[in-house]
Amino acid sequence: MSTTSTSIFSRPANWIWALCGVLALTFPFYETDPAYQQIGVYTLIFVACATSWNMFSGYSGYVNLGAAVSYGTGAYTLSIIAVHTHPNNLPGSASEFWLIPLAGLAAMVVAVPIGLIALRVRRHTFVVITIAIFFTFQLIAINASFTGGTGGLSLPYIPWAASYFDVPFYYLALAMSIFAIILSALVRRSRFGLQLLAIRDDEDRAMGLGVEVGKVKLTGYVMSAFTIGMAGGLFALLQGQIYPQFVFDPLFDISIALMCFFGGFGTLVGPVLGAAVLESSQQYLTVQYSNGSLYLILFGGLFLFVILFMPQGIVVFIRQKAKQRSDQQIAAAAAAGSNA
Amino acid sequence: MSAMLEVRGIARAFGGVKALNGVDLTVERGSITGLIGPNGSGKTTLFNVITGYVTPDSGTVSFEGVDITRSKPNQVFALGIGRTFQLTRIFGRLSVLENMLVATQRKESWLRGLTRGMSSSDELESAMEWLKFVGLDGKSHLEAGALSYGQRKLLELAYVLVANPDVIMLDEPAGGVNLTLINEIGEKIQALNEQGKTFLVVEHNMEFVMKICHTVTVMHQGTDLTSGPPAQVRSNPAVLDAYLGGGDDDEEEVVA
Repeated sequence: MSTTSTSIFSRPANWIWALCGVLALTFPFYETDPAYQQIGVYTLIFVACATSWNMFSGYSGYVNLGAAVSYGTGAYTLSIIAVHTHPNNLPGSASEFWLIPLAGLAAMVVAVPIGLIALRVRRHTFVVITIAIFFTFQLIAINASFTGGTGGLSLPYIPWAASYFDVPFYYLALAMSIFAIILSALVRRSRFGLQLLAIRDDEDRAMGLGVEVGKVKLTGYVMSAFTIGMAGGLFALLQGQIYPQFVFDPLFDISIALMCFFGGFGTLVGPVLGAAVLESSQQYLTVQYSNGSLYLILFGGLFLFVILFMPQGIVVFIRQKAKQRSDQQIAAAAAAGSNA
Repeated sequence: MSAMLEVRGIARAFGGVKALNGVDLTVERGSITGLIGPNGSGKTTLFNVITGYVTPDSGTVSFEGVDITRSKPNQVFALGIGRTFQLTRIFGRLSVLENMLVATQRKESWLRGLTRGMSSSDELESAMEWLKFVGLDGKSHLEAGALSYGQRKLLELAYVLVANPDVIMLDEPAGGVNLTLINEIGEKIQALNEQGKTFLVVEHNMEFVMKICHTVTVMHQGTDLTSGPPAQVRSNPAVLDAYLGGGDDDEEEVVA
Protein backbone atom coordinates (compact mmCIF):
# COMPACT_ATOMS: atom_id res chain seq x y z
CA MET A 1 0.00 0.00 0.00
CA SER A 2 2.68 2.41 0.98
CA THR A 3 4.53 1.79 -2.28
CA THR A 4 1.42 2.63 -4.29
CA SER A 5 0.76 5.78 -2.28
CA THR A 6 4.32 6.89 -2.76
CA SER A 7 4.22 6.37 -6.51
CA ILE A 8 0.90 8.18 -6.95
CA PHE A 9 1.82 11.25 -4.93
CA SER A 10 5.47 11.42 -5.80
CA ARG A 11 4.67 13.66 -8.78
CA PRO A 12 3.67 17.27 -8.09
CA ALA A 13 1.11 17.10 -10.91
CA ASN A 14 -0.85 14.44 -9.02
CA TRP A 15 -1.00 16.66 -5.96
CA ILE A 16 -2.37 19.45 -8.11
CA TRP A 17 -4.99 17.10 -9.59
CA ALA A 18 -5.96 15.95 -6.08
CA LEU A 19 -6.19 19.52 -4.79
CA CYS A 20 -8.32 20.59 -7.77
CA GLY A 21 -10.54 17.55 -7.22
CA VAL A 22 -11.13 18.41 -3.56
CA LEU A 23 -11.79 22.07 -4.36
CA ALA A 24 -14.20 21.13 -7.14
CA LEU A 25 -16.06 18.57 -5.03
CA THR A 26 -16.56 20.94 -2.10
CA PHE A 27 -17.21 24.12 -4.11
CA PRO A 28 -21.00 24.32 -3.48
CA PHE A 29 -20.34 24.03 0.28
CA TYR A 30 -17.93 26.94 0.60
CA GLU A 31 -19.57 29.05 -2.12
CA THR A 32 -23.29 29.23 -1.43
CA ASP A 33 -24.14 32.26 -3.54
CA PRO A 34 -26.25 30.90 -6.46
CA ALA A 35 -24.69 33.44 -8.86
CA TYR A 36 -21.22 32.07 -8.20
CA GLN A 37 -22.44 28.48 -8.12
CA GLN A 38 -23.74 29.06 -11.63
CA ILE A 39 -20.32 30.31 -12.66
CA GLY A 40 -19.05 26.94 -11.44
CA VAL A 41 -21.60 25.11 -13.59
CA TYR A 42 -20.73 27.06 -16.74
CA THR A 43 -17.03 26.61 -16.11
CA LEU A 44 -17.40 22.85 -15.74
CA ILE A 45 -19.57 22.64 -18.86
CA PHE A 46 -16.70 24.27 -20.75
CA VAL A 47 -14.10 22.05 -19.07
CA ALA A 48 -16.04 19.03 -20.32
CA CYS A 49 -16.51 20.47 -23.82
CA ALA A 50 -12.94 21.70 -24.25
CA THR A 51 -11.48 18.41 -22.98
CA SER A 52 -13.72 16.42 -25.28
CA TRP A 53 -13.00 18.70 -28.23
CA ASN A 54 -9.27 18.38 -27.59
CA MET A 55 -9.57 14.59 -27.45
CA PHE A 56 -10.20 14.66 -31.19
CA SER A 57 -8.92 17.99 -32.50
CA GLY A 58 -5.91 18.28 -30.19
CA TYR A 59 -4.75 14.71 -30.67
CA SER A 60 -5.41 14.43 -34.41
CA GLY A 61 -4.67 18.04 -35.42
CA TYR A 62 -8.05 18.35 -37.15
CA VAL A 63 -9.33 21.68 -35.79
CA ASN A 64 -13.10 21.29 -35.66
CA LEU A 65 -14.83 24.68 -35.60
CA GLY A 66 -18.25 23.08 -35.82
CA ALA A 67 -18.41 21.50 -32.37
CA ALA A 68 -21.45 23.66 -31.62
CA VAL A 69 -23.35 21.30 -33.93
CA SER A 70 -22.94 18.60 -31.27
CA TYR A 71 -23.74 21.05 -28.48
CA GLY A 72 -26.87 22.32 -30.22
CA THR A 73 -27.98 18.85 -31.26
CA GLY A 74 -27.73 17.70 -27.64
CA ALA A 75 -29.60 20.75 -26.39
CA TYR A 76 -32.41 20.44 -28.94
CA THR A 77 -32.72 16.66 -28.58
CA LEU A 78 -33.23 16.95 -24.85
CA SER A 79 -35.51 19.98 -25.17
CA ILE A 80 -37.76 18.50 -27.84
CA ILE A 81 -38.22 15.25 -25.89
CA ALA A 82 -38.81 17.13 -22.63
CA VAL A 83 -41.37 19.44 -24.26
CA HIS A 84 -43.24 16.52 -25.83
CA THR A 85 -43.32 14.52 -22.62
CA HIS A 86 -44.75 17.54 -20.77
CA PRO A 87 -47.36 18.78 -23.26
CA ASN A 88 -49.05 21.26 -20.92
CA ASN A 89 -45.77 22.62 -19.55
CA LEU A 90 -46.28 20.66 -16.37
CA PRO A 91 -43.46 20.95 -13.89
CA GLY A 92 -40.47 18.90 -14.78
CA SER A 93 -38.47 16.80 -12.39
CA ALA A 94 -35.15 15.11 -11.98
CA SER A 95 -36.31 12.56 -14.55
CA GLU A 96 -35.26 15.01 -17.30
CA PHE A 97 -31.67 14.46 -16.28
CA TRP A 98 -31.89 10.92 -17.64
CA LEU A 99 -32.26 12.45 -21.08
CA ILE A 100 -28.74 13.83 -20.94
CA PRO A 101 -27.01 10.64 -22.18
CA LEU A 102 -29.60 10.52 -24.95
CA ALA A 103 -28.55 14.05 -25.93
CA GLY A 104 -24.98 12.79 -26.17
CA LEU A 105 -26.03 9.80 -28.27
CA ALA A 106 -28.00 12.05 -30.64
CA ALA A 107 -24.92 14.24 -31.08
CA MET A 108 -22.90 11.11 -31.90
CA VAL A 109 -25.44 9.95 -34.48
CA VAL A 110 -25.43 13.37 -36.16
CA ALA A 111 -21.62 13.42 -36.08
CA VAL A 112 -21.36 10.26 -38.21
CA PRO A 113 -22.54 11.70 -41.56
CA ILE A 114 -20.82 15.03 -40.82
CA GLY A 115 -17.57 13.23 -40.10
CA LEU A 116 -17.88 11.10 -43.22
CA ILE A 117 -18.11 14.29 -45.30
CA ALA A 118 -15.79 16.69 -43.46
CA LEU A 119 -12.99 14.21 -42.73
CA ARG A 120 -12.42 13.59 -46.43
CA VAL A 121 -10.45 16.83 -46.46
CA ARG A 122 -7.60 18.06 -44.29
CA ARG A 123 -6.27 21.10 -42.49
CA HIS A 124 -7.71 24.47 -43.53
CA THR A 125 -10.29 22.91 -45.80
CA PHE A 126 -11.53 20.77 -42.93
CA VAL A 127 -11.86 23.86 -40.73
CA VAL A 128 -13.87 25.66 -43.41
CA ILE A 129 -16.13 22.65 -44.01
CA THR A 130 -16.91 22.34 -40.28
CA ILE A 131 -17.81 26.04 -40.12
CA ALA A 132 -20.08 25.64 -43.17
CA ILE A 133 -21.82 22.63 -41.63
CA PHE A 134 -22.25 24.53 -38.39
CA PHE A 135 -24.05 27.41 -40.16
CA THR A 136 -26.27 24.90 -41.98
CA PHE A 137 -27.40 23.51 -38.63
CA GLN A 138 -27.91 26.99 -37.22
CA LEU A 139 -30.11 27.86 -40.19
CA ILE A 140 -32.14 24.69 -39.72
CA ALA A 141 -32.64 25.53 -36.03
CA ILE A 142 -33.75 29.06 -36.90
CA ASN A 143 -36.19 28.02 -39.63
CA ALA A 144 -37.53 24.57 -38.76
CA SER A 145 -40.85 24.24 -36.95
CA PHE A 146 -39.80 21.37 -34.68
CA THR A 147 -37.11 23.55 -33.13
CA GLY A 148 -39.51 26.39 -32.37
CA GLY A 149 -37.65 28.65 -34.81
CA THR A 150 -36.31 31.93 -33.48
CA GLY A 151 -38.77 31.71 -30.59
CA GLY A 152 -36.84 28.74 -29.25
CA LEU A 153 -38.21 26.11 -26.91
CA SER A 154 -39.30 26.46 -23.28
CA LEU A 155 -38.52 23.44 -21.20
CA PRO A 156 -40.69 22.27 -18.32
CA TYR A 157 -39.56 24.24 -15.29
CA ILE A 158 -37.93 22.37 -12.49
CA PRO A 159 -39.61 23.29 -9.17
CA TRP A 160 -36.55 23.56 -6.97
CA ALA A 161 -35.73 26.34 -4.56
CA ALA A 162 -33.36 28.97 -5.93
CA SER A 163 -30.94 28.44 -3.05
CA TYR A 164 -29.95 24.95 -4.18
CA PHE A 165 -31.17 24.96 -7.79
CA ASP A 166 -27.68 25.00 -9.27
CA VAL A 167 -26.17 22.35 -7.01
CA PRO A 168 -27.41 19.25 -8.90
CA PHE A 169 -26.37 20.93 -12.16
CA TYR A 170 -22.98 21.63 -10.68
CA TYR A 171 -22.37 18.00 -9.73
CA LEU A 172 -23.65 16.75 -13.07
CA ALA A 173 -21.30 19.13 -14.89
CA LEU A 174 -18.49 17.98 -12.60
CA ALA A 175 -19.27 14.32 -13.35
CA MET A 176 -19.30 15.16 -17.06
CA SER A 177 -15.93 16.90 -16.76
CA ILE A 178 -14.39 13.99 -14.88
CA PHE A 179 -15.80 11.61 -17.48
CA ALA A 180 -14.30 13.73 -20.30
CA ILE A 181 -10.89 13.92 -18.57
CA ILE A 182 -10.77 10.18 -17.85
CA LEU A 183 -11.87 9.35 -21.40
CA SER A 184 -9.28 11.72 -22.84
CA ALA A 185 -6.55 10.19 -20.64
CA LEU A 186 -7.57 6.66 -21.63
CA VAL A 187 -7.55 7.59 -25.30
CA ARG A 188 -4.11 9.19 -24.92
CA ARG A 189 -2.76 5.98 -23.43
CA SER A 190 -4.42 3.65 -25.92
CA ARG A 191 -3.26 2.41 -29.29
CA PHE A 192 -6.15 4.39 -30.77
CA GLY A 193 -4.78 7.58 -29.21
CA LEU A 194 -1.32 6.83 -30.58
CA GLN A 195 -2.88 6.47 -34.01
CA LEU A 196 -4.59 9.87 -33.65
CA LEU A 197 -1.26 11.44 -32.70
CA ALA A 198 0.45 9.75 -35.64
CA ILE A 199 -2.25 11.18 -37.92
CA ARG A 200 -1.53 14.64 -36.48
CA ASP A 201 2.17 14.34 -37.32
CA ASP A 202 1.93 12.69 -40.76
CA GLU A 203 -1.35 11.18 -41.90
CA ASP A 204 -0.01 9.60 -45.09
CA ARG A 205 2.88 8.01 -43.24
CA ALA A 206 0.52 6.66 -40.60
CA MET A 207 -1.57 5.09 -43.36
CA GLY A 208 1.57 3.45 -44.75
CA LEU A 209 2.21 1.90 -41.34
CA GLY A 210 -1.17 0.22 -41.23
CA VAL A 211 -3.29 2.87 -39.51
CA GLU A 212 -6.83 2.85 -40.90
CA VAL A 213 -6.91 6.62 -40.85
CA GLY A 214 -10.48 7.09 -42.09
CA LYS A 215 -11.99 4.89 -39.39
CA VAL A 216 -9.73 6.21 -36.66
CA LYS A 217 -10.54 9.84 -37.45
CA LEU A 218 -14.27 9.19 -37.67
CA THR A 219 -14.27 7.30 -34.38
CA GLY A 220 -12.41 10.13 -32.64
CA TYR A 221 -14.74 12.72 -34.11
CA VAL A 222 -17.88 10.83 -33.07
CA MET A 223 -16.54 10.06 -29.57
CA SER A 224 -15.76 13.73 -29.07
CA ALA A 225 -19.35 14.64 -29.97
CA PHE A 226 -20.78 12.55 -27.10
CA THR A 227 -19.70 14.66 -24.13
CA ILE A 228 -20.28 17.91 -26.01
CA GLY A 229 -23.83 16.74 -26.82
CA MET A 230 -24.44 15.86 -23.16
CA ALA A 231 -23.13 19.26 -22.12
CA GLY A 232 -25.59 20.87 -24.56
CA GLY A 233 -28.41 18.89 -22.95
CA LEU A 234 -27.35 19.97 -19.48
CA PHE A 235 -27.12 23.58 -20.63
CA ALA A 236 -30.70 23.40 -21.99
CA LEU A 237 -31.99 22.05 -18.67
CA LEU A 238 -30.11 24.72 -16.74
CA GLN A 239 -31.38 27.56 -18.90
CA GLY A 240 -34.97 26.28 -19.11
CA GLN A 241 -35.27 27.90 -22.51
CA ILE A 242 -33.12 27.55 -25.61
CA TYR A 243 -32.71 29.68 -28.71
CA PRO A 244 -30.81 28.79 -31.90
CA GLN A 245 -28.31 31.61 -31.49
CA PHE A 246 -27.32 30.45 -28.00
CA VAL A 247 -26.83 26.73 -28.60
CA PHE A 248 -25.66 26.99 -32.21
CA ASP A 249 -23.32 29.80 -31.29
CA PRO A 250 -20.14 30.41 -33.33
CA LEU A 251 -18.55 31.93 -30.22
CA PHE A 252 -18.90 28.53 -28.53
CA ASP A 253 -16.56 26.99 -31.11
CA ILE A 254 -14.10 29.84 -30.93
CA SER A 255 -14.18 29.77 -27.12
CA ILE A 256 -13.37 26.09 -26.73
CA ALA A 257 -10.67 26.25 -29.40
CA LEU A 258 -9.09 29.24 -27.66
CA MET A 259 -9.34 27.53 -24.27
CA CYS A 260 -7.39 24.57 -25.65
CA PHE A 261 -4.76 26.71 -27.38
CA PHE A 262 -4.46 28.87 -24.26
CA GLY A 263 -3.94 25.92 -21.91
CA GLY A 264 -2.05 23.63 -24.27
CA PHE A 265 -3.43 22.19 -27.51
CA GLY A 266 -3.19 18.40 -27.62
CA THR A 267 -2.33 18.02 -23.94
CA LEU A 268 -4.59 16.47 -21.30
CA VAL A 269 -4.37 19.29 -18.76
CA GLY A 270 -4.33 22.23 -21.18
CA PRO A 271 -8.05 22.31 -22.01
CA VAL A 272 -8.98 21.90 -18.33
CA LEU A 273 -6.75 24.81 -17.37
CA GLY A 274 -7.84 26.94 -20.32
CA ALA A 275 -11.55 26.40 -19.68
CA ALA A 276 -11.21 26.86 -15.92
CA VAL A 277 -9.33 30.15 -16.25
CA LEU A 278 -11.11 31.71 -19.21
CA GLU A 279 -14.72 30.70 -18.60
CA SER A 280 -14.70 31.38 -14.87
CA SER A 281 -13.02 34.78 -15.29
CA GLN A 282 -15.40 35.73 -18.08
CA GLN A 283 -18.42 34.82 -15.99
CA TYR A 284 -16.96 36.43 -12.89
CA LEU A 285 -16.24 39.73 -14.65
CA THR A 286 -19.74 39.75 -16.12
CA VAL A 287 -21.37 39.12 -12.72
CA GLN A 288 -19.05 41.37 -10.72
CA TYR A 289 -19.03 44.41 -12.98
CA SER A 290 -22.32 43.90 -14.84
CA ASN A 291 -20.40 44.48 -18.01
CA GLY A 292 -20.71 41.75 -20.62
CA SER A 293 -17.85 43.06 -22.75
CA LEU A 294 -15.17 43.86 -20.18
CA TYR A 295 -13.73 40.36 -20.40
CA LEU A 296 -13.04 40.85 -24.11
CA ILE A 297 -10.52 43.62 -23.37
CA LEU A 298 -8.79 41.57 -20.69
CA PHE A 299 -8.80 38.43 -22.80
CA GLY A 300 -7.29 40.37 -25.69
CA GLY A 301 -4.33 41.32 -23.53
CA LEU A 302 -4.06 37.83 -22.05
CA PHE A 303 -4.04 36.13 -25.45
CA LEU A 304 -1.49 38.56 -26.77
CA PHE A 305 0.76 37.67 -23.85
CA VAL A 306 0.28 33.92 -24.32
CA ILE A 307 0.79 34.04 -28.08
CA LEU A 308 3.96 36.12 -27.72
CA PHE A 309 5.57 34.25 -24.85
CA MET A 310 3.91 30.81 -24.73
CA PRO A 311 2.82 30.05 -28.30
CA GLN A 312 2.20 26.38 -27.53
CA GLY A 313 0.06 27.12 -24.47
CA ILE A 314 0.71 27.39 -20.77
CA VAL A 315 1.06 23.67 -20.02
CA VAL A 316 3.61 23.06 -22.79
CA PHE A 317 5.50 26.20 -21.72
CA ILE A 318 5.72 24.99 -18.11
CA ARG A 319 6.82 21.51 -19.23
CA GLN A 320 9.52 22.93 -21.46
CA LYS A 321 10.82 25.16 -18.67
CA ALA A 322 10.82 22.25 -16.22
CA LYS A 323 12.70 20.07 -18.72
CA GLN A 324 15.25 22.83 -19.39
CA ARG A 325 15.81 23.17 -15.67
CA SER A 326 16.19 19.44 -15.18
CA ASP A 327 18.62 19.21 -18.16
CA GLN A 328 20.67 22.06 -16.70
CA GLN A 329 20.79 20.31 -13.33
CA ILE A 330 21.91 17.07 -14.96
CA ALA A 331 24.57 18.91 -16.98
CA ALA A 332 25.77 20.76 -13.86
CA ALA A 333 25.95 17.50 -11.89
CA ALA A 334 27.89 15.84 -14.73
CA ALA A 335 30.30 18.80 -14.90
CA ALA A 336 30.81 18.70 -11.14
CA GLY A 337 31.47 14.95 -11.32
CA SER A 338 34.06 15.33 -14.09
CA ASN A 339 35.83 18.16 -12.21
CA ALA A 340 36.00 16.02 -9.10
CA MET B 1 14.01 -18.34 -55.92
CA SER B 2 10.37 -17.50 -56.67
CA ALA B 3 8.82 -14.15 -57.50
CA MET B 4 7.42 -12.42 -54.44
CA LEU B 5 6.47 -9.09 -55.91
CA GLU B 6 5.55 -8.69 -59.56
CA VAL B 7 4.87 -5.47 -61.43
CA ARG B 8 3.50 -5.77 -64.94
CA GLY B 9 2.95 -2.98 -67.44
CA ILE B 10 2.41 -0.21 -64.90
CA ALA B 11 1.67 3.17 -66.45
CA ARG B 12 0.93 6.44 -64.70
CA ALA B 13 0.73 9.94 -66.10
CA PHE B 14 0.57 13.22 -64.20
CA GLY B 15 -1.08 15.63 -66.59
CA GLY B 16 0.91 15.34 -69.80
CA VAL B 17 3.95 13.77 -68.15
CA LYS B 18 4.19 10.00 -68.36
CA ALA B 19 5.98 9.18 -65.11
CA LEU B 20 5.62 5.45 -65.69
CA ASN B 21 5.14 3.96 -69.11
CA GLY B 22 4.70 0.20 -68.95
CA VAL B 23 7.14 -0.84 -66.23
CA ASP B 24 7.84 -4.49 -65.45
CA LEU B 25 9.66 -5.49 -62.29
CA THR B 26 10.15 -8.75 -60.45
CA VAL B 27 11.42 -9.05 -56.89
CA GLU B 28 12.53 -12.56 -56.03
CA ARG B 29 11.99 -13.99 -52.57
CA GLY B 30 15.03 -13.54 -50.35
CA SER B 31 16.76 -11.15 -52.74
CA ILE B 32 18.05 -7.61 -52.52
CA THR B 33 16.84 -5.98 -55.69
CA GLY B 34 18.18 -2.58 -56.68
CA LEU B 35 16.16 -0.06 -58.64
CA ILE B 36 18.32 2.58 -60.25
CA GLY B 37 17.93 5.26 -62.86
CA PRO B 38 18.45 8.96 -63.43
CA ASN B 39 16.38 11.55 -61.56
CA GLY B 40 12.86 11.65 -62.93
CA SER B 41 13.00 8.13 -64.32
CA GLY B 42 9.99 7.09 -62.22
CA LYS B 43 11.55 5.08 -59.39
CA THR B 44 9.74 6.80 -56.53
CA THR B 45 6.48 6.87 -58.48
CA LEU B 46 6.82 3.12 -58.93
CA PHE B 47 7.37 2.80 -55.18
CA ASN B 48 4.23 4.86 -54.60
CA VAL B 49 2.24 2.68 -56.98
CA ILE B 50 3.40 -0.56 -55.32
CA THR B 51 2.61 0.72 -51.83
CA GLY B 52 -0.80 2.14 -52.73
CA TYR B 53 -0.02 5.85 -52.48
CA VAL B 54 -0.57 6.35 -56.21
CA THR B 55 -3.16 4.51 -58.30
CA PRO B 56 -1.81 3.45 -61.71
CA ASP B 57 -3.60 4.20 -64.96
CA SER B 58 -2.97 0.65 -66.16
CA GLY B 59 -0.99 -2.46 -65.30
CA THR B 60 -0.95 -4.76 -62.30
CA VAL B 61 0.97 -5.22 -59.08
CA SER B 62 0.81 -8.59 -57.36
CA PHE B 63 2.30 -9.73 -54.10
CA GLU B 64 2.53 -13.45 -53.34
CA GLY B 65 0.11 -14.01 -56.21
CA VAL B 66 -2.50 -11.58 -54.81
CA ASP B 67 -3.46 -8.57 -56.94
CA ILE B 68 -2.76 -5.44 -54.86
CA THR B 69 -2.95 -2.92 -57.71
CA ARG B 70 -5.57 -0.68 -56.14
CA SER B 71 -5.03 -1.53 -52.49
CA LYS B 72 -4.65 1.27 -49.96
CA PRO B 73 -1.31 1.86 -48.21
CA ASN B 74 -2.55 0.37 -44.93
CA GLN B 75 -3.76 -2.75 -46.76
CA VAL B 76 -0.44 -3.14 -48.59
CA PHE B 77 1.38 -2.76 -45.28
CA ALA B 78 -0.87 -5.30 -43.59
CA LEU B 79 -0.10 -7.80 -46.36
CA GLY B 80 3.61 -7.49 -45.59
CA ILE B 81 5.18 -4.70 -47.64
CA GLY B 82 6.89 -1.97 -45.63
CA ARG B 83 8.64 1.06 -47.05
CA THR B 84 10.74 4.07 -46.22
CA PHE B 85 10.63 7.43 -47.97
CA GLN B 86 13.21 9.38 -49.94
CA LEU B 87 12.78 12.28 -47.52
CA THR B 88 12.44 10.62 -44.14
CA ARG B 89 8.96 10.72 -42.71
CA ILE B 90 8.84 10.18 -39.00
CA PHE B 91 6.32 11.32 -36.40
CA GLY B 92 8.29 14.30 -35.15
CA ARG B 93 6.28 15.10 -32.01
CA LEU B 94 6.09 11.50 -30.82
CA SER B 95 8.93 9.91 -28.92
CA VAL B 96 11.29 7.56 -30.75
CA LEU B 97 9.66 4.61 -28.96
CA GLU B 98 6.14 5.78 -29.83
CA ASN B 99 7.22 6.01 -33.48
CA MET B 100 8.11 2.34 -33.28
CA LEU B 101 4.84 1.41 -31.62
CA VAL B 102 2.74 3.00 -34.38
CA ALA B 103 4.01 0.32 -36.75
CA THR B 104 3.54 -2.67 -34.48
CA GLN B 105 -0.14 -3.21 -35.22
CA ARG B 106 0.35 -4.48 -38.75
CA LYS B 107 -2.49 -6.99 -38.77
CA GLU B 108 -4.69 -5.45 -36.10
CA SER B 109 -8.11 -3.92 -36.73
CA TRP B 110 -8.72 -0.27 -35.82
CA LEU B 111 -11.42 -1.38 -33.37
CA ARG B 112 -8.86 -3.30 -31.31
CA GLY B 113 -6.90 -0.08 -30.89
CA LEU B 114 -9.77 1.34 -28.84
CA THR B 115 -9.72 -1.41 -26.28
CA ARG B 116 -6.03 -1.93 -25.72
CA GLY B 117 -3.11 0.00 -24.34
CA MET B 118 -0.48 1.66 -26.46
CA SER B 119 1.72 -1.42 -26.40
CA SER B 120 2.06 -4.91 -25.02
CA SER B 121 5.22 -6.03 -23.27
CA ASP B 122 6.14 -8.12 -26.34
CA GLU B 123 5.74 -5.12 -28.61
CA LEU B 124 7.81 -2.96 -26.30
CA GLU B 125 10.52 -5.58 -26.19
CA SER B 126 10.52 -5.97 -29.94
CA ALA B 127 10.57 -2.18 -30.47
CA MET B 128 13.55 -1.84 -28.14
CA GLU B 129 15.36 -4.71 -29.86
CA TRP B 130 15.04 -3.05 -33.27
CA LEU B 131 16.05 0.30 -31.82
CA LYS B 132 19.12 -1.42 -30.45
CA PHE B 133 19.74 -2.95 -33.88
CA VAL B 134 19.94 0.52 -35.41
CA GLY B 135 21.72 2.00 -32.40
CA LEU B 136 18.91 4.23 -31.19
CA ASP B 137 17.93 2.37 -28.01
CA GLY B 138 19.54 5.09 -25.88
CA LYS B 139 17.28 7.70 -27.47
CA SER B 140 13.96 5.89 -27.13
CA HIS B 141 12.36 8.60 -24.98
CA LEU B 142 13.62 11.53 -27.02
CA GLU B 143 11.19 13.42 -29.23
CA ALA B 144 11.81 12.01 -32.70
CA GLY B 145 11.94 15.50 -34.19
CA ALA B 146 15.15 16.09 -32.24
CA LEU B 147 17.04 13.34 -34.11
CA SER B 148 19.63 14.12 -36.76
CA TYR B 149 18.92 13.30 -40.41
CA GLY B 150 20.94 10.11 -40.31
CA GLN B 151 19.25 8.99 -37.10
CA ARG B 152 15.87 9.65 -38.68
CA LYS B 153 16.85 7.37 -41.56
CA LEU B 154 17.71 4.66 -39.06
CA LEU B 155 14.51 5.21 -37.09
CA GLU B 156 12.45 4.93 -40.26
CA LEU B 157 14.21 1.68 -41.09
CA ALA B 158 13.65 0.41 -37.55
CA TYR B 159 9.94 1.15 -37.43
CA VAL B 160 9.41 -0.57 -40.74
CA LEU B 161 11.33 -3.58 -39.45
CA VAL B 162 9.42 -3.82 -36.17
CA ALA B 163 6.28 -4.68 -38.15
CA ASN B 164 8.11 -7.70 -39.52
CA PRO B 165 7.22 -7.15 -43.20
CA ASP B 166 8.12 -9.74 -45.83
CA VAL B 167 9.33 -7.17 -48.36
CA ILE B 168 11.13 -4.01 -47.30
CA MET B 169 11.26 -1.19 -49.80
CA LEU B 170 13.92 1.43 -49.12
CA ASP B 171 13.86 4.71 -51.02
CA GLU B 172 17.40 6.08 -51.07
CA PRO B 173 18.55 4.68 -47.72
CA ALA B 174 22.04 6.13 -48.28
CA GLY B 175 20.87 9.53 -49.49
CA GLY B 176 22.24 12.45 -47.47
CA VAL B 177 24.05 10.34 -44.89
CA ASN B 178 27.77 10.09 -44.19
CA LEU B 179 30.01 7.33 -45.49
CA THR B 180 30.26 5.50 -42.17
CA LEU B 181 26.50 5.41 -41.81
CA ILE B 182 26.10 4.29 -45.45
CA ASN B 183 28.31 1.30 -44.73
CA GLU B 184 26.43 0.64 -41.52
CA ILE B 185 23.07 0.71 -43.30
CA GLY B 186 24.42 -1.56 -46.02
CA GLU B 187 25.67 -4.06 -43.45
CA LYS B 188 22.33 -4.04 -41.66
CA ILE B 189 20.47 -4.68 -44.91
CA GLN B 190 22.76 -7.60 -45.71
CA ALA B 191 22.42 -9.00 -42.21
CA LEU B 192 18.62 -8.87 -42.44
CA ASN B 193 18.70 -10.39 -45.89
CA GLU B 194 20.69 -13.30 -44.53
CA GLN B 195 17.86 -13.77 -42.03
CA GLY B 196 15.44 -14.11 -44.95
CA LYS B 197 14.17 -10.59 -45.55
CA THR B 198 13.53 -9.46 -49.11
CA PHE B 199 14.56 -5.93 -50.13
CA LEU B 200 13.77 -3.57 -52.97
CA VAL B 201 16.15 -0.62 -52.83
CA VAL B 202 16.11 2.63 -54.78
CA GLU B 203 19.51 4.26 -54.59
CA HIS B 204 21.73 6.66 -56.51
CA ASN B 205 24.92 5.54 -54.81
CA MET B 206 26.16 2.97 -57.32
CA GLU B 207 28.88 1.63 -55.06
CA PHE B 208 26.25 0.89 -52.44
CA VAL B 209 23.93 -0.75 -54.97
CA MET B 210 26.64 -2.83 -56.61
CA LYS B 211 27.87 -3.98 -53.22
CA ILE B 212 24.63 -5.19 -51.68
CA CYS B 213 22.19 -6.01 -54.52
CA HIS B 214 21.72 -9.41 -56.14
CA THR B 215 19.70 -8.04 -59.03
CA VAL B 216 19.46 -4.54 -60.43
CA THR B 217 16.69 -3.07 -62.57
CA VAL B 218 17.45 0.13 -64.43
CA MET B 219 14.67 2.59 -65.13
CA HIS B 220 14.78 5.27 -67.78
CA GLN B 221 12.02 7.68 -68.80
CA GLY B 222 9.31 5.70 -67.04
CA THR B 223 10.25 2.27 -68.38
CA ASP B 224 12.51 -0.55 -67.26
CA LEU B 225 15.57 -0.53 -69.44
CA THR B 226 17.15 -3.76 -68.30
CA SER B 227 17.47 -6.13 -65.35
CA GLY B 228 20.17 -8.49 -64.25
CA PRO B 229 23.09 -9.07 -61.92
CA PRO B 230 24.97 -5.87 -60.95
CA ALA B 231 28.07 -6.66 -62.98
CA GLN B 232 26.05 -7.35 -66.11
CA VAL B 233 23.95 -4.20 -65.70
CA ARG B 234 27.01 -2.12 -65.03
CA SER B 235 28.61 -3.09 -68.32
CA ASN B 236 25.45 -2.74 -70.39
CA PRO B 237 26.10 0.01 -72.99
CA ALA B 238 22.42 1.01 -73.01
CA VAL B 239 22.58 1.60 -69.24
CA LEU B 240 25.73 3.64 -69.51
CA ASP B 241 24.18 5.64 -72.28
CA ALA B 242 20.91 6.26 -70.43
CA TYR B 243 22.24 6.65 -66.93
CA LEU B 244 25.40 8.59 -67.57
CA GLY B 245 24.50 10.31 -70.79
CA GLY B 246 26.56 8.04 -73.04
CA GLY B 247 30.13 6.99 -73.50
CA ASP B 248 32.40 4.34 -72.07
CA ASP B 249 33.71 6.57 -69.33
CA ASP B 250 35.95 5.67 -66.50
CA GLU B 251 34.27 3.44 -63.92
CA GLU B 252 34.85 6.05 -61.24
CA GLU B 253 32.15 8.14 -62.85
CA VAL B 254 29.63 5.40 -62.26
CA VAL B 255 29.77 6.25 -58.59
CA ALA B 256 27.24 9.04 -58.54
